[in-house]
Amino acid sequence: MADSNDLTIEQMSDQYFDVLKEIGNIGAGNATTALSTMLGTRVDMMVPKVRLMEFKEVGTTLGGEEQLVAGIYLVVDGDIHGSIMFVQQKESARAMVQKLMGMPPEGDDFSEMELSALKEIGNVITGAYLNSLSTLTNLTIYPSVPEICIDMAGAILSVPAIEFGAVSDKMLLIQTDFADDEAMSGYFILVPDEESDARILHALGF
Amino acid sequence: MADVIKVGIADLNVCKPPELITTIGLGSCVGIAIRDKQSKVGGLVHVMLPNSREVKSSANPAKFADTGIPELVRRLEKMGAVRSRMVAKIAGGATMFAFQSKSELTGIGDRNVIATKAALKALNIPILAEDTGANYGRTVTFNPETGDYEVKAVGKPLKVI
Repeated sequence: MADSNDLTIEQMSDQYFDVLKEIGNIGAGNATTALSTMLGTRVDMMVPKVRLMEFKEVGTTLGGEEQLVAGIYLVVDGDIHGSIMFVQQKESARAMVQKLMGMPPEGDDFSEMELSALKEIGNVITGAYLNSLSTLTNLTIYPSVPEICIDMAGAILSVPAIEFGAVSDKMLLIQTDFADDEAMSGYFILVPDEESDARILHALGF
Repeated sequence: MADVIKVGIADLNVCKPPELITTIGLGSCVGIAIRDKQSKVGGLVHVMLPNSREVKSSANPAKFADTGIPELVRRLEKMGAVRSRMVAKIAGGATMFAFQSKSELTGIGDRNVIATKAALKALNIPILAEDTGANYGRTVTFNPETGDYEVKAVGKPLKVI
């Protein structure tokens, strides 16, 4: 039997997946409440889907490698180290900005103000997720200030893929769908470093 | 329309005219196109990381600059290309997110470009052109017949290097 410290991402048990899914669920629940407050509307949430994805599928998942997406990326520190990304299709991002600002973004690009609003949405959503992870594991997690980038899905997703790439050929993706009158879906990608993986597993009693 | 062969992330392939070869959405990754000027055999490798010796998961040679480039050269030689006639063009190696993290992966784009140049130099393959760095993604298409390397980026005019 492999020691839990040697567990690679491929060897994670179904149970660990369920736990991550549950963390995703709680996190998305918190995020939904926060979003709902922020946007001033009712927001519903679907059950998140958690899966391990091969790099090859990375781009196609979000509607093709050339699909324009908004990626909000931040580094986490504390008891675990790693990074977290929240990605959504540009159209979903527009819809969220429109709801937050009360008007559609002008033109094709986002203004500074709209980018900043988007960052804040990403901050709230990733914060909610990290909060549930922190509560469940009793680990201290500090997120950094988020950075945003709007570009091709392939290019954006290669950033967490590269971080996973040092230890694996796959990465962990949590899809969360929010909806009020229209669907807004987003993806979390959590990239703990190797040591942190073991810590999370340990904290959860594996 | 000529067939376009698609190369994924951490992947490589070879082609012959009239085929073209492409890879979509290079971020910090580097797309290295190599061709034999005479036999017109060409290929493309999409590397993610600079060095296979620094990491645990190194089973796939196309993932790393130091192993992916020699592997591509071997594949080209199998197709009848000759090393001394090979030339390269490179694109990618961007820094997608502005922040300066304390992570060792800071500047991975730059490190990929440096490792790519070192690997090509070790094989004596000259770099004819490059479009690297900056902060945006690139889609590249290589034509082994002409050696044209098309670089597409969001909101920017098409560039041929």
